[in-house]
Amino acid sequence: MTVAAERKHALGQRPGWAEEMAAMLDAYQQAGGDPSALQRPEIATLVVSANQVLAAHEIPGVHFEAEPLEHGVQARIRVDPGVKVERPVHLCFGVIPAEGIQEILAEYEIGDGAEAQFLAHCSFPNAIKVQHRMQARMHIGKNARLTYTEEHYHGQSGGVEVLPHAEVIVEDGGRFLTTFSLTRGRVGRLELDYVVDVGAGAVAELTTKAYGTGDDRVTVKETVRLNGEKARGLTRTRVAVRDSAHSSVFTTMEGNAPDARGHMDCTEVVRDAALATNTPVVVVRNDQAQVTHEAAIGTVNRKELESLLARGLDEDEAVDLIIRGMIR
Amino acid sequence: MTTPLLKIEDLWLKRNGREILRGVNLEVYPGQVHVLLGLNGSGKSSLAYAIMGCEGYTPDSGRILFDGRDLAGLSITERARLGITLAWQEPARFEGIPIGKYVSLGQKQPDREQVIAALEAVSLPAKYYGYRPADKTLSGGERKRVELAAVYVMRPRLAILDEPDSGIDVLSIGDIAMLIRRMALQGSAVLLITHRDEIVETADTASLMCAGAVIFTGGAIEARRYFATRCMPHLETLGAQPWDLSKPEVQAALASNGDQRLQKDS
Repeated sequence: MTVAAERKHALGQRPGWAEEMAAMLDAYQQAGGDPSALQRPEIATLVVSANQVLAAHEIPGVHFEAEPLEHGVQARIRVDPGVKVERPVHLCFGVIPAEGIQEILAEYEIGDGAEAQFLAHCSFPNAIKVQHRMQARMHIGKNARLTYTEEHYHGQSGGVEVLPHAEVIVEDGGRFLTTFSLTRGRVGRLELDYVVDVGAGAVAELTTKAYGTGDDRVTVKETVRLNGEKARGLTRTRVAVRDSAHSSVFTTMEGNAPDARGHMDCTEVVRDAALATNTPVVVVRNDQAQVTHEAAIGTVNRKELESLLARGLDEDEAVDLIIRGMIR
Repeated sequence: MTTPLLKIEDLWLKRNGREILRGVNLEVYPGQVHVLLGLNGSGKSSLAYAIMGCEGYTPDSGRILFDGRDLAGLSITERARLGITLAWQEPARFEGIPIGKYVSLGQKQPDREQVIAALEAVSLPAKYYGYRPADKTLSGGERKRVELAAVYVMRPRLAILDEPDSGIDVLSIGDIAMLIRRMALQGSAVLLITHRDEIVETADTASLMCAGAVIFTGGAIEARRYFATRCMPHLETLGAQPWDLSKPEVQAALASNGDQRLQKDS
């Protein structure tokens, strides 16, 4: 048990802790999380409100070390080698006040042969002017597996800036599957920037979903470098923008080793006066590697639309259903 | 016989400068399965899209009457709300839309049991398929069965089924035929495009299309027999489609080898 985890009880004695925790649990629910999961002893949990660690509950094989910074938290999260974590590790980050800055410096270490699923919920339900910066470094050990799902809720004002940056190393035989989702409420400004290095026989799959409205700005930058023999990479980007929102997607896939295979798949749906751009970059440095890409930018697929109209939906209902399905 | 639910009068349609439908006349009656036969490219699917009101399939002339009402100018949604629907030959795939949800879309009142029964009727157990997305992970045959279930649940007045049986495994064909028959028993008119004998045999009436026109309407078996054994004159004269219908010799061959021969046979 680490220092931070031992501190959990002491944190509970802090004045205002219960109110803040209750507010975070509400925010967690708004982001799509199940608050009861944060209170179950068999589930590893880390709850951070602004720069306060409200809860850090470890289970055997899963360790948290978290220290407050001026505007956030520095956290180290480890899964011991060989440990198969049965239930998802729950992470909850948020800012409850209308204004504030939250900076998360996170280091994830998934030991060789370990398997874990992380569910991260980031919620800023009252945000008028909030900035959330995430600087993560993830190391997935040999033959380890990490499934990392991150869901955001930014409220309805559009006053949130979210800058999630991650550098990920997937060692030989490892698997890294991640889904970033910001599809309810407003986006505000999102600048996602992930760089993933993939070793021999390892797999990286990045799925990003966002729905921008109003004057939201969505920028997705993903780079996957297939450095090892038979490395596999996939990026799936699904963005819908309407009103006067903008989305820009930049994906780069590098095939740098024999039999490396990568694919980039991007769909951006544009409505009203919104704007979407897509810039796929393919780099191949080995004559036995292959990288492919596909992109569909613009209106919804006509055939999909007509299929739904033929069931009696009107055009707005049909488009909304297609978009909701796409970013689900 | 009652009045036709669907009546098509001298329908002409040109796409990309080519005549696709050339004076189609057709009547489909409520409670009947009406099969549409014809070679690939003869205009069957185009006719289906024109009836449904799909983009790019607005007729140049002629009328499509549904229950006596001219459908000209009506959107797909408006036609669907009148009770017309279409099962596409290659149904669209939908990311993130569960099959159960997709099948239920045409219901006037939500009825979960009906959705389950429809999926079971096309050999897709709801407990395995209800929450799966109707996306690329389905095989072609599975997706077609989902489409058929969705049409069945809608209980349309006119169901246009464009080759609902292609890509379906042999063991499931009987289920498909039975479901189509049930639609008719429930009062739907079914306009069915198919090449499968097992399905044709369940029909009440059949029409044969050739080069954009209906050249024969009669009993299903009779039409099938003609199609299978003697419907070769255009191929013999003109070779494989597409034909250049603007050429006089093509028009002459179609006129003499098609319609006249049928008149002689009948």
